[in-house]
Amino acid sequence: MLVTGVARQLGGRFVRRIQRDPEVDRVIAVDAVPPAHHLGGADFIQADIRQPTIARVLAETGADTVVHMDVTGTALGGGSRATVKETNVIGTMQLLGACQKSPSVRRLVVKSSTNVYGSAPRDPAVFTETTPPKSLPSGGFAKDAVEVEGYVRGFARRRPDVAVCVLRFANILGPAADTPLASYFGLPVLPTVFGYDPRLQFVHEDDVIEVLRIASHEPRRGTLNSGTFNIAGDGVLLLSQCSRRLGRPTVPLLLPAVTWAGSLVRTLGMTDFSPEQIRLLTHGRVVDTVQMRETLGFTPRYTTAGAFADFARGQVPGLLPPQTLAGAVDRLAALTAKAGGHPQTHGAN
Amino acid sequence: MADAKVIPFDDDRSRGSAAQRPARRRSAGSRRGALGEPGEVGSVQPLPGRERAQDGSAGREEEPRESREPSDAGGHDGGLERRVAAGLAFLRRRLTGDYEVDDFGYDEELTDQVLMSLLRPVYDKYFRVEVKGVENIPAEGGALIVANHSGTLPLDGLMMQVAVHDHHPAGRHLRLLAADLVFVLPVVNELARKLGHTLACAEDAERLLAQGELVGVMPEGFKGIGKPFGERYKLQRFGRGGFVSTALRQGAPIIPCSIVGAEEIYPMLGNAKTLARVLGIPYFPLTPTFPWLGPLGAIPLPTKWTIQFGEPIATDGYPPEAAEDPMLMFNLTDQVREQIQHTLYKLLVQRRSVFF
Repeated sequence: MLVTGVARQLGGRFVRRIQRDPEVDRVIAVDAVPPAHHLGGADFIQADIRQPTIARVLAETGADTVVHMDVTGTALGGGSRATVKETNVIGTMQLLGACQKSPSVRRLVVKSSTNVYGSAPRDPAVFTETTPPKSLPSGGFAKDAVEVEGYVRGFARRRPDVAVCVLRFANILGPAADTPLASYFGLPVLPTVFGYDPRLQFVHEDDVIEVLRIASHEPRRGTLNSGTFNIAGDGVLLLSQCSRRLGRPTVPLLLPAVTWAGSLVRTLGMTDFSPEQIRLLTHGRVVDTVQMRETLGFTPRYTTAGAFADFARGQVPGLLPPQTLAGAVDRLAALTAKAGGHPQTHGAN
Repeated sequence: MADAKVIPFDDDRSRGSAAQRPARRRSAGSRRGALGEPGEVGSVQPLPGRERAQDGSAGREEEPRESREPSDAGGHDGGLERRVAAGLAFLRRRLTGDYEVDDFGYDEELTDQVLMSLLRPVYDKYFRVEVKGVENIPAEGGALIVANHSGTLPLDGLMMQVAVHDHHPAGRHLRLLAADLVFVLPVVNELARKLGHTLACAEDAERLLAQGELVGVMPEGFKGIGKPFGERYKLQRFGRGGFVSTALRQGAPIIPCSIVGAEEIYPMLGNAKTLARVLGIPYFPLTPTFPWLGPLGAIPLPTKWTIQFGEPIATDGYPPEAAEDPMLMFNLTDQVREQIQHTLYKLLVQRRSVFF
């Protein structure tokens, strides 16, 4: 088995986990930079997937399963957006080219994102795997993901003998998440778009690892693990709910101001807060997970709310912790009960 | 479509002449006259149970408001403390984010406790809505309510939502399908989602019907809501009949709904098309008061409304491929449209005046 993008937390965790499965003889971990974390007993090969060396790696190791996890929104260690795009798109093309040449490859798993659906007010409320997006993502990671999926579809056509599984993950959260959305929730005060309350869905890191495992092994009886699947936890959280559960106050800003501020901080290089991220936090996105349950046979352990709660536990408490607010209301309740029908005005808002 | 007959505005006041005049022309309905007839004869009679239902809703109306603002509560009955406690529990859940929304962003708790209480005074006191035929809405399972659309601003949809929620014995929630413009506008889209509305598209409608929800749709769309005052109560084209194929695919009954009174809330005398195009909206209404009086001109006229739910039209008897049959789709669309139009005429004939 060959895994790309192992220098990231998620890739590292997956490599460590997959070695414990009896079906896996050997794991070859590939990335352009050496990982900071240990990879268990996996063989690390430092190779840039943008270069043709990846074809030699694949040919020499004779891997039968390729898990492509190097499709990401942010650069590791402060690379520019151009580097990320090149790794995503050119890297995928090189890797797919290598797979096409390799007679040993039997299975390909690609980590994609629900970003491919975009986020627009004219979209249906819930996306299924076949929903065509009303507005294709204009740039950034979302566009990369769309292009990557396009190349993967082309590969699947040319190599019908290879089982191809594309997993479209909702926003990945967990105690160790390092996604742009996780860093957004880490801000002391959350800037939001005035007049919009987006619906968000999350998937927990543990579930990500688990579903990648299911996709990279032989399918279990009665399930099929090739095709495109949306992966998300059950349920939906509104951004306002997220901020209240985190205890972080929100600052509603007008949409043009948010777009302008977003481009300003991007220019200054403070955060990588992309336009499609702003669109997500404006219009939100919810995907349908019936295919994940029924065809792939995967049931996530964490709901959206559960994944978010687990993430929130790893965060420093906000300015308005929900426990404090709840305690204030409880004290007020005790006070009114004592006053007996002469309740006081409360300023808990 | 043969053009429907419009009852002149003045006829509403002179009741004697309206009664003599046949309210509808048969020519339009001759093709399918047999289809729309049977259910209509008795359908405009007021329900015996209606008053009781209204009383119940009036009693319920005050509670959530008071419990949310305990300081306003003037009564010294024993229920006050309980209400204060309930209000504080509600406040606690809201502040800590401990509430549920569904996939469409529908916030049932907020809708029931706050938003409905804000709409109810408008419904009860301002438009004094009279509801008929609410027993035609099934107590459970998916159903599609199809209504006429009018009034420049979509207040009719909101009033229909309150009507279903307050008068239906099962307290069902109506999930409205709204135009895409609603979801583009800030604040409006947030409130619409929390009220349970979603985009008027086949995917969302089917998903809601499959979940067994009661879905409300106004197929006339902007053509209906933005038509000039002279064409009031004259139904426009019913879209492309997409609602029929959606209902057919889910086997959900179609319930025609006629709303009288919404046409006159903003008499739209003109349409500033250039201004509308500049603002990116489908029409810019010019009424006797708007925009001349500024925000004051945007206050709707206090008309008296009637909402009549008609006999359901079953769609589960058709074979699965029926949803792909354009002829059947057009016929069903026409049937629904005629039933609504005929009920509109009947209600208009019965109406004593626009305002009472």
